[in-house]
Amino acid sequence: MVETTPTVTEDEIPESEAGPSVLTRLFGISAFGPFIALLLVCAFFALKSDRFLTGGNLSLVLQQTIEVGTLAIGQTLVILTAGIDLSNGAVMAFGSIVMTKLAVNNGVSPVLAILLGIGGCVAFGLLNGALVTGIKLPAFIVTLGTLNIAFALTHIYSGEATISGLPAEMTYFGNTFSVAGTAITYGTVAMLAVYIVAWFVLTQSPAGRHVYALGNNPEAVRLSGVHVRRLLVGVYATAGLIYGIAALLLVARTQVGDPAAGQTDNLDSITAVVLGGTSLFGGRGSVIGTLIGAVIVSCIRNGLTLLGVDSIYQVLITGILVIVAVAVDQLTRRRSR
Amino acid sequence: MSSTTPVLEARGLVKRYGHVTAMDGCDFELLPGEILAVIGDNGAGKSTLIKALSGAIIPDEGTIVLDGEEVRFHGPLDARRQGIETVYQDLAVAPALTIAENLFLGREVRRSGAAGKVLRMLAKRQMLREARAQMDELKIGIRSMRQAVETLSGGQRQGVAVARSAAFARHVVIMDEPTAALGVKESRMVLDLILRIRERGLPVILISHNMPHVFEVSDRIHIQRLGRRAALVETKSITMPDAVAIMTGARSGDLAA
Repeated sequence: MVETTPTVTEDEIPESEAGPSVLTRLFGISAFGPFIALLLVCAFFALKSDRFLTGGNLSLVLQQTIEVGTLAIGQTLVILTAGIDLSNGAVMAFGSIVMTKLAVNNGVSPVLAILLGIGGCVAFGLLNGALVTGIKLPAFIVTLGTLNIAFALTHIYSGEATISGLPAEMTYFGNTFSVAGTAITYGTVAMLAVYIVAWFVLTQSPAGRHVYALGNNPEAVRLSGVHVRRLLVGVYATAGLIYGIAALLLVARTQVGDPAAGQTDNLDSITAVVLGGTSLFGGRGSVIGTLIGAVIVSCIRNGLTLLGVDSIYQVLITGILVIVAVAVDQLTRRRSR
Repeated sequence: MSSTTPVLEARGLVKRYGHVTAMDGCDFELLPGEILAVIGDNGAGKSTLIKALSGAIIPDEGTIVLDGEEVRFHGPLDARRQGIETVYQDLAVAPALTIAENLFLGREVRRSGAAGKVLRMLAKRQMLREARAQMDELKIGIRSMRQAVETLSGGQRQGVAVARSAAFARHVVIMDEPTAALGVKESRMVLDLILRIRERGLPVILISHNMPHVFEVSDRIHIQRLGRRAALVETKSITMPDAVAIMTGARSGDLAA
């Protein structure tokens, strides 16, 4: 022990010298498995049904992904910080009722109504963030509370009535354009745009790296001088903003303000995130994976519908898939320890 | 050695937690370019002292002087801005992030121009390059800076944490039990790192329970007892049993000083 050797331990250094391969860098390691799963799901339904792999059907799959797919982006942000958001579906429903009722019943200009609806969602995000950081309550409990608050406010404010006769500005994202004979809605494009922005921020900016680090080791982030509370409140508020966008896309797709919308979307968005390879323990995963996860869920629903399977079996299969995905996450983590 | 001005100095630090006095008029002195070991029994106020010096707590009384100027730290970030870097015992790294990302955590370099200012884009290549240079200089044998820290051994992880502090410290590096969780070979590597940091001219405060490590690398030893500095001795002029005796109160510190 007394002798000074200038060399450093060389054992346990992994072989790969070049760093991650092109493929893993493209998808992120965590999104590669889900991508393969998606291909398998598509191959299965393509074999079983001639209609599955048509442009029209795939466009429909993406359209059916819009709300859950958009909510799942916010959910990914929250889960990356080792939190969870049970309130997102209810917050989206709240936002959609605020914007439609203000515009239809109160004569507020559509653009302002949309902004106020989205603002309501951001307010819920801020509330979640403030409770999680301020009183240090578990995200699970906080968002369970705000889920009920948002749900109740939605029903009180709407008087249980569905709001229809929306102005054209509000349903803009429900319009379609044609690519090679396939109709695609602007809502689909908007959802993909939110994905790209989220991916960019998470992978290319300091704040994005801090979000990952926060889910990994919050103490390390605090000690490295990052303002952890501000970051966490920012994450929940950004998630709220994304839920507000989801509210607008929901309204545009369904052409109504429906107080009963989105009731299972919180669990569906968690399903998408988990199927996409993001760890429920935080710090690992990607929004690209989440998009794939959301599309997997839609593909299974759509495919089983095409095959004439009762919709309750779709729920059954989704449930099994979630457990498998979480188990895989757990097992791989245990192995890497 | 007494003619040089201390880099970091503290006089009469007091810290009370309710009825418990963790520090009771504690003095401290760190000279330029030295490795100062801080030893003391559990409850001697060792970690309270270190927390005060690294800004993690605010002492109730007393003064801290950095480079001849009195300072008051309001948090760890404050101390860091003043050039005092601390390596914590519990390996404050984010396991899933890469080595380069960990080195620059909280101090990311952004691209120049609009990409950095407006889009807030990271200068990933530059950070990889600088991480590489830093690790090479400290002779930490890790091949790819794109590797996730969780793929490293305990010693290598500690190496990353040490490299981060050494890269950004302007005045002092504080290491809290850097070898506590490590095996013999890995401890060796970290001790070598400490010596290399001194070679760079940076003084190091080393908190350790491991007497052989303390005696091997330190220039002087600060012995903490009952919330005060019981002795400040040159490592060469004291034996291990004597140091332990002062630490436990079996012997008075004045005799050794």
